[in-house]
Amino acid sequence: MSSNKVNIKSNSRTVALVKSNMGILLVMLLIGVVLTFLTPNFLTSSNIISVLRQISNNIFLAIGMTLVIILGGIDLSVGSIVAMSGTLTVGFIVTNHIPIGLAIIIGLLLGTLVGLFNGVIISVFKVPAFIVTLATMNIAKGVAYIYSGGRSTRITSEVYSMLGTGYLFGIIPLPVVYMIALIIIFSIILNKTKFGTYVYAVGGNRESARLSGVPIKKVEMLVFTISGFLAAFAGIILSSRMYSGQPKAGDGYEMDAIAACVLGGISMSGGTGSLSGTVIGAIVIGIISNGLNLIGVSSFWQLLVKGLIILIAIIIDSQKARISDTFAKRKKN
Amino acid sequence: MNDRYVLEMKGISKSFGATQALDNINFQLKKGEVHALLGENGAGKSTLIKVLGGVHRPDKGEIYIEDKNVVMNEIEDAQKAGVGIIHQEIVLVPYLSVTENIFLGREILTPLHTRDMKKMNSKAKEMTERLGLDIDVTTKVGTLSIAQQQLVEIVKAISFDIKILVMDEPTSSLSDEEVHKLFEIMEKLKADGVSIIYISHRMEELFAVTNRVTIMRDGTYVGTVETQETNTDELVGMMVGRSLTNYYTRDYNMSNTEVLRVENLTQKGVFEDISFSVREGEILGFSGLVGAGRSEIMQAIFGNEKYSSGTIFLNGKELKFKNSMDAIKNGLALVPEDRKKQGLTLINTVAFNLSLVSLDALKKGGLINNGKKDRMVDKYVKDLNIKTASVESPVSSLSGGNQQKIVLGRWLATNPQVLILDEPTRGVDVGAKAEIYSIINDLAKEGMAIIMVSSELPEIINMCDNVCVVKDGRITGRLTKEEMNQEKIMHYATGGQ
Repeated sequence: MSSNKVNIKSNSRTVALVKSNMGILLVMLLIGVVLTFLTPNFLTSSNIISVLRQISNNIFLAIGMTLVIILGGIDLSVGSIVAMSGTLTVGFIVTNHIPIGLAIIIGLLLGTLVGLFNGVIISVFKVPAFIVTLATMNIAKGVAYIYSGGRSTRITSEVYSMLGTGYLFGIIPLPVVYMIALIIIFSIILNKTKFGTYVYAVGGNRESARLSGVPIKKVEMLVFTISGFLAAFAGIILSSRMYSGQPKAGDGYEMDAIAACVLGGISMSGGTGSLSGTVIGAIVIGIISNGLNLIGVSSFWQLLVKGLIILIAIIIDSQKARISDTFAKRKKN
Repeated sequence: MNDRYVLEMKGISKSFGATQALDNINFQLKKGEVHALLGENGAGKSTLIKVLGGVHRPDKGEIYIEDKNVVMNEIEDAQKAGVGIIHQEIVLVPYLSVTENIFLGREILTPLHTRDMKKMNSKAKEMTERLGLDIDVTTKVGTLSIAQQQLVEIVKAISFDIKILVMDEPTSSLSDEEVHKLFEIMEKLKADGVSIIYISHRMEELFAVTNRVTIMRDGTYVGTVETQETNTDELVGMMVGRSLTNYYTRDYNMSNTEVLRVENLTQKGVFEDISFSVREGEILGFSGLVGAGRSEIMQAIFGNEKYSSGTIFLNGKELKFKNSMDAIKNGLALVPEDRKKQGLTLINTVAFNLSLVSLDALKKGGLINNGKKDRMVDKYVKDLNIKTASVESPVSSLSGGNQQKIVLGRWLATNPQVLILDEPTRGVDVGAKAEIYSIINDLAKEGMAIIMVSSELPEIINMCDNVCVVKDGRITGRLTKEEMNQEKIMHYATGGQ
């Protein structure tokens, strides 16, 4: 304990990354091995690409959720923002004949505004994020229903549907490309910028951050704005993949994003966690759904089984300290 | 067997993994005595108390209470055996009244099985009055001062008919006046036949209140001495295992160059008409009772709190800091008084905590550069002798002294001209205190202007060039180092005539 050797350099940071995600990595491996034996189709490149495409939407939201939860908050409004931005953007194009580019910009902007609104209410009026975003969850959903009259709108524009269904080099689905790009950008933001550090500082100890000159309100507003923007983006990509704007879309998506974060080891009390954890968490949820599909489990049973597996995974993950302790003791003896 | 002892702990050993927290500890408590347990942080005092309180089971050893061998498996066992423990942190429910807290979990019931508030209130009143406390037992605990809450804890503890009362650093957040009150209550408890185990880092208190002192070091028993037959040097020597020749390090080297001057700073109802100046190489002390408004004055200067009138000059130029960011940019630094609540992000790493305020200096091409960050962190870990397994360890795993050095390091990394220290050695053990004094002295020697808010008079007297004494938000006295002594400072602090 009391030695003064303090040389953790970048190469061992990777080791630390693996170590801190050990529990969930084991869970992922376990599920992967089980599925490989149960179904020959699991470990094929086409299935892997399909899993990646399926999880991309959850990851868009989960990236924002990661920032929000590290900040010590929660954002329940993202699922509704998905519905709102998709419905409005498609509606602008089909019903109001607004040019595609402009419609997308307005759609993104409106979702981002909901996020900013969350951030302002939370930081200026000090209302708990849970309550504020519960309200905006209803508001955003309401806007989608009012605008569409509850009906979904088909869109036939090829350019628009390209966004969600196109491929890069003919094999990598565009949503996967966006996903990878966003993961890289936000890893840099979280780990390499002052803003990223401040997110951890505010979530870890708000008072200490304030006394250290961290602009708390700005950080809070920006984090919720980012979450809103990413949800709006997810909504547009989703509507493009579905060739339609549906006010029912995005139902319960906020819970999948939260589940990815929690599986990824992010503490709900804020201040700790990593984006890499969330990504692994989202992959675990993705391969569970995919595996259940491949095995042929009915969609009603899938919900129940998915819930149970998530619960078990979290219990395993929460015991990782004890497990590694036992291993350490065995080694010594 | 000896019936003079109300408690005997024999050969207690306890290990956690590879760490031997307690190694064959012997401890004897006489009936009606106040017995201090002394040792640096990590010496094993808390573990020993937890063994006595039934929180930890010892690997080896036996506990006798009034010559009866007792096994403490659960916290309830300790309560039944007559052991009451008052922890450093207050564990009362803030939204419940004093009475409700005292009787929590063992309420007196009416025949209809509802709570008999009348009976409980009158019993609670009787208990508080017996200790000479003037508290309305129906007030919510959360509205009481920390000192009063602590006294309520004591009332609650003795309401269990205890024989042994353990007090873990009860004075760490009390003013001198409140400490005296606590000592009076301890005398009353002693007279009632309660034996007290007293844990504190403040030497002068041990001499004021204890009969005997048992010293521990690194989980081992060092010795027990009669308080009247020992002195600070001997105790410190036993604690650290070597003699600390220079507890306070101070080379006075104040220059004539004024750095910070504050004139008539006022925030109605909080502080009024505060004027002072601090020069290069000076350590200016701010003494006074807890709650006198010293921290509020410092937070106002630093831009964290508002002030309604007054002016601040830095290097002769009038400035008003809009917020702490602004103050930091202008070369001010403030180490806050409560390192856990205000200073550190406990769950985050040493490196994170050290670098939080100086991220701008670590950037390269807009992004934080790991190489620069590692160099900066390594420098302060080495310069301040911070003992940690790794810079990636969470700060919560470090001792209080090392945590304090990290808060200090965070602010030194901003290269301040003016360093404001609010209670820089609170809850820090003796060895680390001496180290922090030496660091502060080095900073003053390099020409930094330092303001030190402290409730510990020896610290003020031995470190400061000048002192301002604050009472009720006003500076009531100013003393130079030649004029300073405990009596004069206390005179101004309490407003005595």
